[in-house]
Amino acid sequence: MEKLLTDFVLSPAWYFTAARGVTLILIVMTIAGYSVLLERKASAWIQGRIGPNRTMHPLIGWIPFLGTFLMKGGFIQPAADGGKFLFKEDALPGHVRKFYYVLAPIIALAPALAVLVMLPFGEFIHEGKQYAISLTQGADVGVLFMFAISSLGVYGIALAGWSANSKFPFLGAVRGAAQLISYELAMGLSVLTVFLATSAPSEDHGLSLVAMVNAQSGAWNILYHPVAALVFLICVFAETNRHPFDMPESETDLVGGFHTEYGAFKFGIFFVAEYSHMVIGSSLFILMFLGGWHVLPWMPTVGSGWVAALLGVATFFLKLCFFLFFFVWVRWTIPRFRYDQVMRIGWRVLLPVAVLNLLAYFAWYAIRG
Amino acid sequence: MAIKVVERRPLTLAERTYLPQILAGLKVTWDNMVRPSVTLQYPEERPTIPKNYRGVPTLVMDTNGREKCVSCQLCEFVCPPKAIRITPGEISENATNAHVEKAPKEFEINMLRCIYCGLCQEVCPEEAIFLQSQYSMTGLTREAMVNNKVKLYELGGTLPDGHHKWDKKKEEAERQAHEGH
Repeated sequence: MEKLLTDFVLSPAWYFTAARGVTLILIVMTIAGYSVLLERKASAWIQGRIGPNRTMHPLIGWIPFLGTFLMKGGFIQPAADGGKFLFKEDALPGHVRKFYYVLAPIIALAPALAVLVMLPFGEFIHEGKQYAISLTQGADVGVLFMFAISSLGVYGIALAGWSANSKFPFLGAVRGAAQLISYELAMGLSVLTVFLATSAPSEDHGLSLVAMVNAQSGAWNILYHPVAALVFLICVFAETNRHPFDMPESETDLVGGFHTEYGAFKFGIFFVAEYSHMVIGSSLFILMFLGGWHVLPWMPTVGSGWVAALLGVATFFLKLCFFLFFFVWVRWTIPRFRYDQVMRIGWRVLLPVAVLNLLAYFAWYAIRG
Repeated sequence: MAIKVVERRPLTLAERTYLPQILAGLKVTWDNMVRPSVTLQYPEERPTIPKNYRGVPTLVMDTNGREKCVSCQLCEFVCPPKAIRITPGEISENATNAHVEKAPKEFEINMLRCIYCGLCQEVCPEEAIFLQSQYSMTGLTREAMVNNKVKLYELGGTLPDGHHKWDKKKEEAERQAHEGH
């Protein structure tokens, strides 16, 4: 059993890698589904409502207490929503560019799932060596790969807007693309500031996220790099197209934005892709600024072996849950920026702040030697 | 009177970053979130209806169980959307309430026409028709939306007013007959 578990986490054999991949995709898809529930519940609470509390499967409903609890919490709602998207008529409008129209949701979702390859979410000390709990054993280019691939998600949005062949989706797509380009710069610079601090030339781990987390076993990066953390957080909001940077969707002025012409399961895929991007963005923030799977700053690892590994994963998961809630909380607090405000914040505020921040740390390291 | 010039203060740096405002906003939404929700779980929980609520019009009985309506048809004539249809009827000689002039043989209120204006209640000389607290009137057919006499009394119940106008009239008539006027 122990051997099997260890192999499941560490073995590079293809079947174990495949099993890890399927598990990870299932977990992320489930988190994405329940983020929708969280979104609906939290928005309801903020607005003095109750939120979904009626959906129930009759078989589960018979279980006393637990059935009631699951119903009141709306825990069956994501399954019902998914089922609805799956069984609705999958209409293909006559005026769209059909190939790209069908391709767009796939392109939106695929990068979000592809970056999971590099996502570490725990550590496992086995026979004195440290291993990352991840699909692959991490790589030196981890963070580079994640940024490169996750930004491809906007191609889904751009393609959806263009292939829909109508006015509002097109505007939404153009906004989405412009917004991504504007915020990618500031994001990259803020990340560079952090890696400048943790990856000194003498060290050999390069751009690995695991090493980044290891470097935070003492102080978390958010304490040393508050400005970079803030810039990165704002950019994550912008890149995941969440409020207040909800430009590609903009229900109020663009009908539904890039997915106006989409319905049924293809719309559902866009939906899942957005929440998967939230999971990825939150994970990156946690790994780079909030100490990854460390419970508290300066707190040594509790336990050893499997206990420590599970505690670490649980810590990471809790932080992730908080961030998903934070995304929702912010969405129902502040209104959307105007498009020109988004551009101004990106180019005239965040980018200079990120550059100055980077230069300041450059100068500091140069003086200190 | 001297003019007071109010200083228009430019935004401070903190205000221009939006961040303190966003934090204040997050505080507001958080406070709202921990506050209990105001939603009423409708079919299970019903709202409390105020005393003077004007819901579905109903017919009422007096405390002796006599129907108060004497089918004078004033409500039928005053009804703006013509929702009320009364078929007047006689009261048989042997009935206990034979001293009352008339009673409706059939009394129908078409709730598809009723506008809940309350004129029927206002015009009724017998205080027999009241708009009461029932606020939810549904039916699957047009026929189901027409309240007949049985339904109207079922909805209306008894009005404990204690006037007993017709009984007093009868007593007075008997007293006068007894005294030989």
